[in-house]
Amino acid sequence: MRYAMAVDTKKCVGCSDCVVACQTENNVPIGYCREWVVEVMAGTYPQLEMEIRSERCNHCVNAPCVRCCPTGASHFSDGGIVLVDPKKCIGCGACIASCPYDARYPHPDGHVDKCTFCIHRIKNGLEPACASVCPTKCIYFGDMDDPNSNVSVVLKKRKFKTLIPEAGTDPQLYFLI
Amino acid sequence: MKEEIFVSGRMNHLVDPHLNIWHWEIPLYLFLGGLAAGILFFAALYFINGKEDQYPTAVKRTPILAPILLIIGLLALFFDLRHKLYFWQLYTHIKLQSPMSWGAWTLMVITPVSFIWSALYIREFFPNWDWKYNWIKEVEKFLQQYKKVIAWIMLIYAVILGIYTGILLSAFNARPLWNTSILGPLFLASGLSAGAAVTLIMSKSPEERKRFAQIDLIIIGIELFLIIHMFMGFLASTQVQIDAANLFLGGPYTMAFWIFVVILGMLLPAALEIMELRKFHIPAIVPAILVLFGSLMLRFIFVNAGQMSRWLY
Repeated sequence: MRYAMAVDTKKCVGCSDCVVACQTENNVPIGYCREWVVEVMAGTYPQLEMEIRSERCNHCVNAPCVRCCPTGASHFSDGGIVLVDPKKCIGCGACIASCPYDARYPHPDGHVDKCTFCIHRIKNGLEPACASVCPTKCIYFGDMDDPNSNVSVVLKKRKFKTLIPEAGTDPQLYFLI
Repeated sequence: MKEEIFVSGRMNHLVDPHLNIWHWEIPLYLFLGGLAAGILFFAALYFINGKEDQYPTAVKRTPILAPILLIIGLLALFFDLRHKLYFWQLYTHIKLQSPMSWGAWTLMVITPVSFIWSALYIREFFPNWDWKYNWIKEVEKFLQQYKKVIAWIMLIYAVILGIYTGILLSAFNARPLWNTSILGPLFLASGLSAGAAVTLIMSKSPEERKRFAQIDLIIIGIELFLIIHMFMGFLASTQVQIDAANLFLGGPYTMAFWIFVVILGMLLPAALEIMELRKFHIPAIVPAILVLFGSLMLRFIFVNAGQMSRWLY
């Protein structure tokens, strides 16, 4: 099993509903986010192009955060989901420094926090909170090993990219372009 | 011209607008650890070479500073942790791929060894020292027999400690400025240079001072070579590493790096040491303090600048 997510940059309108859903579902402390929206405007007026991306932890296959964690608090869970165990985390910040996507942050309680792909929801057969609330249905989630999953199907049909693949992390958050 | 405007909705404290997760604690510890490594390295080296009486300050006297420096460094590391009460988790896991785990275990070995070494030479400072309890005297007698073994452990772990302070940073490919294998040898060299400087300050023997001024000169030469090599590597690499090098080549850290680290911390003390070796009278403390200052600044500047360097996407 290999969980992955694909975000359709052509359908995303940047409403940030996913961000709020994540904060609510996961009790993210005020002022922080596990998930965020990025808008990139490129070109010269009037030939402009805009890309909107809903970004979060890339749940990398070759995750630098898991590699550099001195206590094993950052670990791979079911389906390759990268999690932090707050009971093992010493808050040293090594994983935060190691993430090329800056997807982690220091939780006010001391440990490090990040996107969990809503593993508690997946285990109950639900989608991650961000995917379930998206009004344009632009977030696809599923098992890459299952050829009929949402995410496998859409990645077969569409062109996609990942963020900084040259960092060698093998990210599992895909952007349809 | 193609321009790009990038707007991110993320504003996490200590992560945005650029990483700021490590403050004064980590560079201070990197300095103290490197300095302790340098001191213990020379003590072990000259003990093993049988030059204990030729270079008494380096072998017998300066090591008393090492446990103090290491304890202050460990406290700084502890202050840096955000989940402090869980610090013991470092010592219930061995993670071979994590430099921080290596560091924690290295400190676990070298800190006690530095205490033992200082204790064996405590009579250098207090000639009438008495351990009071018989069992401590027994332990001391036992350890005295195995001093050579202790010296070898100290030598090897001093090198690991010195080089690890650089590897801790170079293992992060997310920060292009740190992500160069030169950093390990550079920090090791800087630590050794700082260790030699402490001997220069504390030594009263002209012969020993001359030897350590020579050592310091050679190490400063190596450091300058490594720094030039590092910039050559960066500038011949990818855009993110060119950007990282530019933090020091016209960017916000240019003045701090070249003035504090290279000129005041390397070139000026090297010039003063050459003058002293050529029989000009220079107080030994001046170049030594400059070397220590440069070594400290090197850590602060690298830790801060590295957190500003990043991948662009």
